[in-house]
Amino acid sequence: MQRKNKPTLAVWKFASCDGCQLSLLDCEDELLAIIDRIDIAYFPEATRTVLKGPYDVSLVEGSITTQHDAERIHRVRRASKVLITIGACATAGGIQALRNFADVKQLVPMVYASPKYIETLNKSTPISDHVFVDFELRGCPINKGQLLEVLSAYLHGRKPNTSRYSVCMECKRNGTPCVMVAQGTPCLGPVTQAGCGAICPLFQRGCYGCFGPAEVANTRALSEQWKALGKTPQDVMRAFRTYNAYAEAFRKESDIHGA
Amino acid sequence: MVKISRREGRAAQLIEHHDFQSLFDVLKAKKYRLIGPTVRDGSVVYDEVARVDDLPVGYSDEQEKGSYRLNKSDDHRLFGYGVGPHSWKKFLFPPAVRLWQARRDDGSFQIIPEDYHAEPLALIGVRACELNAIAIQDRVFLDGEYRDPIYAAQREKLFVLAVNCGQAGNTCFCASMHAGPRVTGQFDLAVTEVINGESHYFTVEVGSPRGEEVLSEVPHRPASGEEKALANQIITQTAASMKRSIDTRGIKQRLYASFEHPQWDDIAARCLACGNCTQVCPTCFCSTVEDVTDLSGNTADRWRKWDSCFTTDFSYIVGGSIRSSVKSRYRQWMTHKLATWIEQFGTSGCVGCGRCITWCPVGIDITEEIAALRAEKQPATAVEAAKEDVSYADV
Repeated sequence: MQRKNKPTLAVWKFASCDGCQLSLLDCEDELLAIIDRIDIAYFPEATRTVLKGPYDVSLVEGSITTQHDAERIHRVRRASKVLITIGACATAGGIQALRNFADVKQLVPMVYASPKYIETLNKSTPISDHVFVDFELRGCPINKGQLLEVLSAYLHGRKPNTSRYSVCMECKRNGTPCVMVAQGTPCLGPVTQAGCGAICPLFQRGCYGCFGPAEVANTRALSEQWKALGKTPQDVMRAFRTYNAYAEAFRKESDIHGA
Repeated sequence: MVKISRREGRAAQLIEHHDFQSLFDVLKAKKYRLIGPTVRDGSVVYDEVARVDDLPVGYSDEQEKGSYRLNKSDDHRLFGYGVGPHSWKKFLFPPAVRLWQARRDDGSFQIIPEDYHAEPLALIGVRACELNAIAIQDRVFLDGEYRDPIYAAQREKLFVLAVNCGQAGNTCFCASMHAGPRVTGQFDLAVTEVINGESHYFTVEVGSPRGEEVLSEVPHRPASGEEKALANQIITQTAASMKRSIDTRGIKQRLYASFEHPQWDDIAARCLACGNCTQVCPTCFCSTVEDVTDLSGNTADRWRKWDSCFTTDFSYIVGGSIRSSVKSRYRQWMTHKLATWIEQFGTSGCVGCGRCITWCPVGIDITEEIAALRAEKQPATAVEAAKEDVSYADV
């Protein structure tokens, strides 16, 4: 059914792996319902068709790592009524923000044969450091169900049900016994925001913190417990320096344990 | 603490270990789904059990602050462990449940109520603390003006096979809460497991006509005086070996007077505010309600989910969260559990099961915290208190 005045959607990529955009394509069962309600106006990963902006909703994936992107994001913002960032890169700088703890000038020659072709910023930063963001959807990658929830909420003018509390709440609803308590497996769940459905503890692994810091992240107390479970300060530092390394709570904690 | 009327059972009976399966079979024949302790992911959880072998046979647990380990031994004890991370509340008060749906068609909409159908469940191995927890939740969900239909439907369809505890876990303190280790009512059958040399049997107490009926179909005989005495001795030993306790004398007044005690800051420095203590607690009953719509906007679902007073949104009202600090949330949880609960429901909200101690990832111990609050520490001065984030509304 063709509806008049369907809102238009644009999907933008910055420094990222494309995994979060794929979450949208991964909505196989719901894709028809989505395009019934929304005109996909700009989504190079899915279609060559490009409709001119401005756009009602922009989903922005990726972090800002180059001067070119630092300028481009302002154009995206100007062309978007609502700008939603998706994934750890866009909301926290991503795994590539590990460069923020080092000197990029020293890293580039180690990686590239011809460093002279590389133009990059010193830091990888979240989109919200550059432009106003209407809503941030966390995760590495984002959860498909949460993406649909955010789109549904937008379409019907309500607040999305995306909780900011810890992963522990999801573990308990799943009935998963705590891996830290029952197996002594260090887990970032107590300081990490829910949203993934507590997948890793379901498979008896500790949480890796893909969804970034929870609303309250007492990382100090958790780090002490990790050490009591036999982890070294370097282990603790590395645990906090992954996909959300540059999110404030995780960054500060890793700095305490970092060399 | 919890008043439970003691049923006058007949003389204690006895089921031999090798006849225990027959108890399962009789319950199954009576169309009960059997739910009991079973081992999963290194813990004793509550799930469907079909045979005695599905129980954690020969397992014992070691519980400490923030730590739980299972050990397997050669004995054939069926109930040689304490309570694990699950409680029976997940069956009576499900973690997530749809309350109703709404469907839109042609400009109007229709509410589709949910059928709160409950199937008969036989709960195998319910401990005294847990029976008391159910009695506490009965007051919350069934008494008064607002009766919870989901809880009520399931509550009416329970067969309870209770177990007297043969050992106290390191984090147990039910004796001091007057909630165990001996079951004193609200069961259909209650057993005490005894291994004495070569003999392995269960003394059985009948708590209801339904229990009587089930027992009549299971091979059993009257217990001898000596067999009964052994069972009694086991329960007495369990109570005596309990290491933790809470001094409940004047606890309400004590907590009310401790609003500005410096210990709350000390706890807040350690507390993760992750909510684990509230989720494993067999009496915590808070829930939140979420409305979800599908993309088309033609269906909306209303869901009820377990919530926790440790989340920021829990106390969110216009303008923000009332309890913005972790300190105020922990204080709220403990003060409600041990003090205001008494005013609200006529009992303590704590049964001393020790789950909040074991399953706190950083091992915060409610019994130690209460002891610290009772200790003679100087409360913060009025000036210091005023500097905190505690506002007049921060109760």
